[in-house]
Amino acid sequence: MLLIDCPYCGERPELEFVYGGQAHVARPAQPAQVSAQQWADYLYRRDNTRGVHAERWRHTHGCGRFFNALRDTTTDHFRATYKVGEPPPSAAAPVPR
Amino acid sequence: MNEGLRTREGGRIDRSRGLHFSFDGRAYTGVAGDTLASALLANGVHLMGRSFKYHRPRGVLACGAEEPNALVAVRRDAARYTPNLRATQVELYEGLAAHSQNRWPSLAFDLGAVNDLLAPFIPAGFYYKTFMWPRRAWQWLYEPRIRAAAGLGRAPTEADPDRYASRYAHCDVLIVGAGPAGLAAAAAAAASGARVMLCDEQNEFGGSLLADDPRAAAAIEGRPAPQWLRETSAALGSNARVTLLPRTTAFGYFPHNLLGLNERLSDHLADPHPDLPRERQWQVRAREVVLATGAIERPLVFPGNDRPGIMLAGAARTWLNRYGVLPGTRAVVVTAHDEAYPAALELQAAGVFIASIADVRARDDGSWAARARAAGIPVLTRATVLGTGGRRRVNSILLAQLEGGEAGAQAQPCDLVLMCGGFTPSVHLFSQSRGKLCWDEGLQAFLPGTPAERVRSAGACRGVFALDAALADGAAAGAAAAREATAPARTGVCPSGAAAAAAAPPAAGGGAGFAGALPQPAGARGRAFVDWQNDVTTGDLALATREGFRSIEHIKRYTTTGMATDQGKTSNLNALGIVSCTLGKPIPEVGLTSFRMPYTPVSFGSFAGPARGELFDPVRTTPMHEWARARGAVFEDVGLWKRARYFPRGAEHMHAAVGRECLAVRNACGIFDASTLGKIEVVGKDAVTFMNRLYVNAWTGLAVGRCRYGLLLRDDGFVYDDGVVARVSENRFHVTTTTGGAPRVLAMMEDYLQTEWSDLKVWLTSTTEQWAVVAVQGPKARAVLAGLVDIDLAAAALPHMSVALGRISGVPMRLFRVSFTGELGFEVNVPADFGPAVWEALWDAGQAHDITPYGTETMHVLRAEKGYIIVGQDTDGTVTPDDAGLGWAIGKNKPDFVGKRSLERPAMTSPQRRQLVGLLTTDPQVVLEDGAQVMAQAGARAPARALGHVTSSYHSSVLGRSIALGLVAGGRARIGETLYVSVPAGDIPVQVASPVFYDPQGRRLHA
Amino acid sequence: MQPFSGLALLRRGLSGQRGWTTQWRSPPPKAAYDALIVGGGGHGLGAAYYLASEHHLTNIAVLEKGWIGGGNTGRNTTIIRSNYLFDESAALYDHAVRLWERLSQVLNYNVMFSQRGVMMLAHTVHDAQVFKRHVHANRVNGVDNEWLTPEQAKAFCPLLNTGNIRYPVLGAALQRRGGTARHDAVAWGYARAADALGVDIIENCEVTGIRRNASGAVEGVETTRGTIRAPRIGVAAAGHTSVIMKMAGIELPLESYPLQALVSEPVKPVFPCVVMSNTIHAYISQSDKGELVIGAGTDAYTSYTQRGGLHITSHALEAICELFPMFRRLRMLRNWGGIVDVTPDRSPIIARTPVPGLYVNCGWGTGGFKATPGSAHVFAWTIARDEPHPLNAPFTLERFRDGQLIDEAAAAAVAH
Repeated sequence: MLLIDCPYCGERPELEFVYGGQAHVARPAQPAQVSAQQWADYLYRRDNTRGVHAERWRHTHGCGRFFNALRDTTTDHFRATYKVGEPPPSAAAPVPR
Repeated sequence: MNEGLRTREGGRIDRSRGLHFSFDGRAYTGVAGDTLASALLANGVHLMGRSFKYHRPRGVLACGAEEPNALVAVRRDAARYTPNLRATQVELYEGLAAHSQNRWPSLAFDLGAVNDLLAPFIPAGFYYKTFMWPRRAWQWLYEPRIRAAAGLGRAPTEADPDRYASRYAHCDVLIVGAGPAGLAAAAAAAASGARVMLCDEQNEFGGSLLADDPRAAAAIEGRPAPQWLRETSAALGSNARVTLLPRTTAFGYFPHNLLGLNERLSDHLADPHPDLPRERQWQVRAREVVLATGAIERPLVFPGNDRPGIMLAGAARTWLNRYGVLPGTRAVVVTAHDEAYPAALELQAAGVFIASIADVRARDDGSWAARARAAGIPVLTRATVLGTGGRRRVNSILLAQLEGGEAGAQAQPCDLVLMCGGFTPSVHLFSQSRGKLCWDEGLQAFLPGTPAERVRSAGACRGVFALDAALADGAAAGAAAAREATAPARTGVCPSGAAAAAAAPPAAGGGAGFAGALPQPAGARGRAFVDWQNDVTTGDLALATREGFRSIEHIKRYTTTGMATDQGKTSNLNALGIVSCTLGKPIPEVGLTSFRMPYTPVSFGSFAGPARGELFDPVRTTPMHEWARARGAVFEDVGLWKRARYFPRGAEHMHAAVGRECLAVRNACGIFDASTLGKIEVVGKDAVTFMNRLYVNAWTGLAVGRCRYGLLLRDDGFVYDDGVVARVSENRFHVTTTTGGAPRVLAMMEDYLQTEWSDLKVWLTSTTEQWAVVAVQGPKARAVLAGLVDIDLAAAALPHMSVALGRISGVPMRLFRVSFTGELGFEVNVPADFGPAVWEALWDAGQAHDITPYGTETMHVLRAEKGYIIVGQDTDGTVTPDDAGLGWAIGKNKPDFVGKRSLERPAMTSPQRRQLVGLLTTDPQVVLEDGAQVMAQAGARAPARALGHVTSSYHSSVLGRSIALGLVAGGRARIGETLYVSVPAGDIPVQVASPVFYDPQGRRLHA
Repeated sequence: MQPFSGLALLRRGLSGQRGWTTQWRSPPPKAAYDALIVGGGGHGLGAAYYLASEHHLTNIAVLEKGWIGGGNTGRNTTIIRSNYLFDESAALYDHAVRLWERLSQVLNYNVMFSQRGVMMLAHTVHDAQVFKRHVHANRVNGVDNEWLTPEQAKAFCPLLNTGNIRYPVLGAALQRRGGTARHDAVAWGYARAADALGVDIIENCEVTGIRRNASGAVEGVETTRGTIRAPRIGVAAAGHTSVIMKMAGIELPLESYPLQALVSEPVKPVFPCVVMSNTIHAYISQSDKGELVIGAGTDAYTSYTQRGGLHITSHALEAICELFPMFRRLRMLRNWGGIVDVTPDRSPIIARTPVPGLYVNCGWGTGGFKATPGSAHVFAWTIARDEPHPLNAPFTLERFRDGQLIDEAAAAAVAH
């Protein structure tokens, strides 16, 4: 069970959260204008990164807020968590202590 | 009790408290402080088990968690029967009844031992090579016999009545292992004020100190070691910020410094209090962890090394010094490490005749050898063992000088062989945490390297063996961990490699020991065991490498070495040494098999904890649940909810009850608890925009006070949920969802609102449990409500699909005029606490109108008669709005809504998609089975392609015939056609029809 | 290939079993092959075997970054069944079951396929409806599957708790031809048989790049053991498929999740079949060695760590103890994790890709082991003929663009 640092509430156990999949997958502003392939990419294509992965979590059993996180999928250790709308911190940034 | 084998004094036992116990039905006596193994040894019993494959007689090899041989079952009663326990860990209590395993008819005489004679023909992996002819014989002939021969103990056959507890905890420093290093770490951490937890798998703290002869013990901090142990433990125990957990095994190390601990609470008690849980599982989130898990003595691999009476030297020391037991009378010691010498000398002092010490090492100048010789013990160097004798107990050993070969061999009679191949640091938890292990050439051991979590290792588990050094190492680790844990700047949970790095451990004082098989002269014979429990020999490992298995993981899987219940604690490094030697590759290149959770086996019950029966999952009940229960309702599980399915009268079966309830609603009035429907309040100045973007429907034109059927898709275009939505005020929607769908619909709404449309001013609140909902349905519904509410119920004032705010019996209410039955209907929403009272009021008022309570099954029939779908029954995640006949709901002029773009994909618009239709059997009394397949032709033979399937099927009382809904390819164009529903007995002809079977004009609805 | 038989064991037993030689060679990689398979699990090794045995492509190699069978092949709970809902799935999985039935004899390697019956429990009215739909669909498809009443379910697995239980057993779907097999033996058996036909099995050889020529077609791979040329490359890398395919510029609709399993200490035969309960997440059988083999659910988040959370394990054991309360005193011996690659519709992709010469077999989620021979067989066909076998023709990459999903999860609410 991971320990997740909600940007609004602080560290909480994974049980309070729901995983929200890859972050920064924006829904096309005008879906009618995009091609079938572009729409399929939005719906289904995922980076499935082996390494530092930008992903969404929701603190469902807490503040209820969605937020983003950088997590290394080869270790499950988080590099950072950040609020929706903020750009991802540099993945190369030093590990916070 | 055989007094000759129990020392007169010493040890950590209480000779004044005798305990009666039995083994295989035979009565024995032990003393308080014994384990089952020590008590049996004190009674002269060495034969304690049979090996897995060859059924060879086996005695204790070790004295702790690493024991591979002495596995027993302990029986308290038929339901409290626990197999595969290590006798070395079973604490003795008055009346303990233990049984040996994997033998028939008895431990001493086991017919299974015939396998031992067949050993040349059943080497590692033999089962992959045979039992293939004839083809079907595997299943009925070979496999049942293999299964019967395999397995160790018997599983209990009755439900375990014991309780298991679970506990979450946080601490600054968790220390695993309460030996000298762990105690020193705990003392140092506690001194700095940190919150400390200290756990140890044994019943008392002390670790290696418990095996020391107290009279000869070293001094610690100026005190005799036993006194230091007592006082240090007491000081920790009286510190409120310290939690001490004896009998507690840290079994798993999970990400972000979460450790799983298994605390055994009652297995050591003769008569545990019924309220006491058997075990408690702790999940501890530690800011810092100190592993002080010690090291495990390694056996030596030589022919015949598995007979009862052959054991680790350290184990023998423990039997003597901790339990006051002499494990034999005449011993031969075989060693590759200095640690066997003190064991030999202490046993000699206690009266055991030490016939000789065979040291496999070359050097002859060690001080230990000199001390042994001074004590009159012959010491043989460059020695090896050619074999041993004895069946149920070792009776001789054949020693030889390595150069001498068999010619110089000397057979020595003995009833005890002690061996020591060095020590393997217990890096299990460190490795589980994903820390990197490093091979230490000097120690011939894997040691903790770069950590992956906030963890430090201290003492023997990182190769610091000497007592003084281990104490200092522990104290330093404890202090550093406490400092880090309480540092103010600490953020996040990321691991810190630097945090745990420590100076390289000092070189081993006692030598590196030996990993592999003892060298044998050419042509030596006899099986040398590497993995005792699984009967893996050096020959098996050689066969595996000969057959091309080169990866240690392959060798493990092919030979099963290290896969027994001890998980290779005594065997892995020897196996690695042997493979390294065979392949001519250094050990680190051969690699190491993964260390997996758990460190030692953990009861399933401890993981399951209190989650059983009613507590397995939360039970959600509505405010009116008790009323339904008192009326004898039969409930069904829908998600976590209990919903009344029907209300049988007397001995009525479901079909009769449902038929009666259906007619009551159609002809008079029914009352139904709809409280489980999901309810979400959507509020804000952009609420209508939000609803427009989310649901397929057009919401802008919905007037305040009116309701609309809402349909929600996922963005992939498939139906996700549905429900009536009411516009309560300009900027406030009362959204209902399916019972099971409420949480996921709210989550989906929040997702879009927070991450896609964060500019919208909308607030979402789950109100499912805030509203009790009573549906009153039927032609007399208006009459039932009329006297209770302050709202004009006339059709003109409150038409179908409208909502009004008011009061019922003085209680605030949202009154919906909606219907899922096709009848005139109302859904009364009141604050949940008033639900029962309002229900009773409606019930009382309904008595004059033949009101009848009905359940979900009746609701299903009534809605099916009207062709209303149930999401999840008539849809399944592959159904579009058009498939379900709900294309009309889509707001045609909206530029976008969730799922709209997907509906344009080619496969979504095919006319051959399965569409919802009605299916009417030619024989009106035949009720189709749910899920039955619809075929174009009769008599189709498998494999055939179905046109669709039956999604809902019932007997309709009001229509006097069966009805069914189905999804059928191109179904709407087939209305009127005859198709066939395939059932095992043949085909049932059905006519495709409109899905609305009853009152298609909806007159009753608008009454 | 040295034939395996009881007689051979007896004969060699007289000379200390010394006569056995390697089950498969360990050759250095050649500079070029006619085809390469990336991934030495059951699917990849099997594909190589069928390429050699049925399509006569023998100058081929299997590249495995670690040791063969070390991924999901050696980490699963070995459940085999084919009672899937949709025609496409049922046909593919049943093809596999039919191959399983003769695999030991075909490979001359005992894979211990044991048709002990797979029983899937229904705990709610909805479950019962779904399972009955399966039973009907399977019958029409010629796949065995039958509905059992609670009493029949209890008779088939007498330990089943039908008494005090939060979600009572309302019935079960039973596939008698379903069962289990010995997972390691599948990898080794295919490896040995393929090797005997000339296939090179190259372990400790990690693919680090995919080379393409000017026209975009594949021409080989970069590996930790050098460049290897080949005009055809089949990728069967399970959880690591996304990583490999990105080397050729192909993004897939895949996510990799941790999936855990565990075994108990071995006990004497007590559990006669396979029982699955999707509603409360329990999957259990007993191995020939006597261990209870138990499957847990996937973790919520993507990961390549091959481990999952303690709460997932605990939940699986809660379910087991609820269904089989006599097992509470048995003990977990070993727990491990795999990485499962999951598609949006929970059905696999076995197909050509937009890159000429590059083929992919992935997305098996939690259900890959049972499909091994069938998947390998049609994948070999696809590679050899550059066109799908009729059985895998629906399992394309393009189905996600076109909305032609084969959504077993959505349609069935049943885990694989």
